[in-house]
Amino acid sequence: MTEEERKRQRRILGILGFFILVSLVTYGYHEYYVYLSAYLWFGIVYGMSLQYGRFCFASAFRDLFAVKVTRMAVGIMVSMIFFGLVVAFVNILGMSPFEPAPVGYYQIIAGFIFGIGMVLAGGCASGSLYKAAEGSGASMLVLLSISVSQSVFVDIGGITNSLVPRSWTESAAAKGLPPQVTATDGWMDQYLAGYVWDFPTLTFASLMGWSDKSLAGAFLANWLLGVVVPASILLLVGYIVCARKPFLARRRRERRDRSGGLATELAGYWSMVVASKRTIIGGVVLGIAAGVHMIVLRGLQVKFGVENFGELMTRMGITFGLSIKGTVFDPGYWYITTQEAQWVGWVFQKLGWENLDNIFYGFNNGIPNPLINPADWMTIGLLGGAAITALYSAEFKWKKPTVELAVWAILGGTLMGIGSRLGLGCNVGAFFIRISNGNPAGWLFGIGMIAGAFIGVQFFNWWTERKLAQAMAPLEV
Amino acid sequence: MAMKFEKRAEGEFFLDVSGYVCPHPQLYTKKALEKMRGGDRLEVIFDNPSSAESIAAMCDSTGDEIVQKLAEGGKYKWVIRKA
Repeated sequence: MTEEERKRQRRILGILGFFILVSLVTYGYHEYYVYLSAYLWFGIVYGMSLQYGRFCFASAFRDLFAVKVTRMAVGIMVSMIFFGLVVAFVNILGMSPFEPAPVGYYQIIAGFIFGIGMVLAGGCASGSLYKAAEGSGASMLVLLSISVSQSVFVDIGGITNSLVPRSWTESAAAKGLPPQVTATDGWMDQYLAGYVWDFPTLTFASLMGWSDKSLAGAFLANWLLGVVVPASILLLVGYIVCARKPFLARRRRERRDRSGGLATELAGYWSMVVASKRTIIGGVVLGIAAGVHMIVLRGLQVKFGVENFGELMTRMGITFGLSIKGTVFDPGYWYITTQEAQWVGWVFQKLGWENLDNIFYGFNNGIPNPLINPADWMTIGLLGGAAITALYSAEFKWKKPTVELAVWAILGGTLMGIGSRLGLGCNVGAFFIRISNGNPAGWLFGIGMIAGAFIGVQFFNWWTERKLAQAMAPLEV
Repeated sequence: MAMKFEKRAEGEFFLDVSGYVCPHPQLYTKKALEKMRGGDRLEVIFDNPSSAESIAAMCDSTGDEIVQKLAEGGKYKWVIRKA
C-alpha cells in the first residue's frame, strides 16, 4: 500500500468514525437522537450510491440530448422501478408517509425552470451534493445558490404582491390559515394557498378508484401503470432514438448476428440497460434504500408514538424553529432541497430576517437549528457517504471553480432553487419520489425538466462550439 | 483553468478540460472529435469523474476507440482514436 493509499484510508476511517461517534454520543445524550441518526445513515447510503453510480439526473436528460448517451436515463428508470416496488409493499403495510402533490400544469413550468438550471449548473440538486463531496468548488457554489434562492423566494412580498391574480388572493384567504402566516401577503404564499392547493391530489390508484393501500392500487396502478409502463416506454424511445443505431453498427463491426429481427432488437435493448454496471448497481441500491428508509422512519415514529420529529423536539424542550403546527420538515424518505432552504432560512432568521410568517417555513416546515434538523442530518450523511466512495476510488480532488463555471453555478443554482419551490421539490422530491409513489405530478415535473434540459443543452452546444472555434482558429484542422 | 485545445502534430490533438464539471468535458470532447479526421488521436485531460462514464459511453456509440486510460490523483488522461 502506498503512502497516498494509506492517507485516503485514514480519511475514510476518519469520516466513518466521526459519524459513528456522533450517533453514539447523541444517543447517549437522548434516545430520540436515534431518529436523526436514521436519517444520517440513510444519507450515507444515498451519498455512496450516487457517487459510485455517477448518479445525476441532469446527466440523464442532458447527455441524452448532448451526446446521445442513455446510461443515466436507464439508471434512473431502473432505480424508480425498484423504489416503486418497495413502496408498493410499504403501502399495503400501511406504513407510507408519502403525501401526493397536487396535480397541475404548474409542475411542468416548475420542472422547465429547474431543468434549465440543472444543465447550467452542471448537476441536479442531488448530483451537485455528491460532486461537492468529490471536491468540486463549482458544485459547492451551486448548493449555496440553491439554498439562498429558495430561502429568499419563499418569503418574497412587497411589490411582487401586485403580480398576484385576485383569484389567488381570494382563494388563499378562504383557506382559513392561522393569521401568523399572513397567507394573503407574499407571492409564494398566495401561489401555494390560492393556486397550487386548489389542484386535486391524485395517485394512479385513486384515478382508478382504488386505495393506495390495496393490492391492486399499490401494485397494478401505482407501480405497474405509474412507474413500470411509462419507464419502459421511455427506455424504448431512448433505445430507438439513441442506442439502436450504434448497437447495430457494433454488431456489424463484430460480424455478429446479421439476421436482425426481434431477438436482435431485444438484445440491443438489454445491452442498453446493462451498459453501465456502476450506474445500475448504484440505481438499484438507491431505489431499495429509499424504500427501506420509509419503513425504518415509520417504525421509529410508531416506537416513539409520534407523527413528526417536531413532537420529539417539544418533548426535549426544544421549541425554536417549530412550525405553527408544532412540526418540522420530516419527510420520512429521501429529500434534498427543502432542508437546504431551511439551513439558510435559519441563518437569515438569526440575522434578523423574520421569515416564519410564510407558509413554507411558518406553516409547513419550520426552521429548526440545523444541528437538530432531521433532513439536514441526511444531507450531511449524503456528503460524507459520497466523500467516502470518492476517496476509496481516488476520485477526490479539490477543484477551484473558474469565473465562467462560477457564473453558471450561481445562475443554474438560482434557477433550480426557484424551480424546486414552484414545483414543491427538486429532481428527487418532485420527480423521483413522486413517480415512484404513483403521483402523476412527478411525470408532469419530469416533462418540464426534460424540456428545460433540452433548452439548456442547446445553449451549451452553441457556447462550446463558439469557444472551440476560437481555440481552433489558429490551427490547421 | 480555461479550456485548452491544441494540435501537437499531424493527426495528434490535445484537449485539456481540467476543472470543468458536466457537461463541458463530454461536450468539448464530442465537438473536438467531430472536427478531426478518421484515425486522428485526441488526448483528453479532465478531472470530473462522471464525465468518464459519459465519454466512454459516447465512444462506444460512435465506434471511436479509447486507446489509453490513465487516472491519477483524481485526474484522467485518455487517448481516443477517431473511427
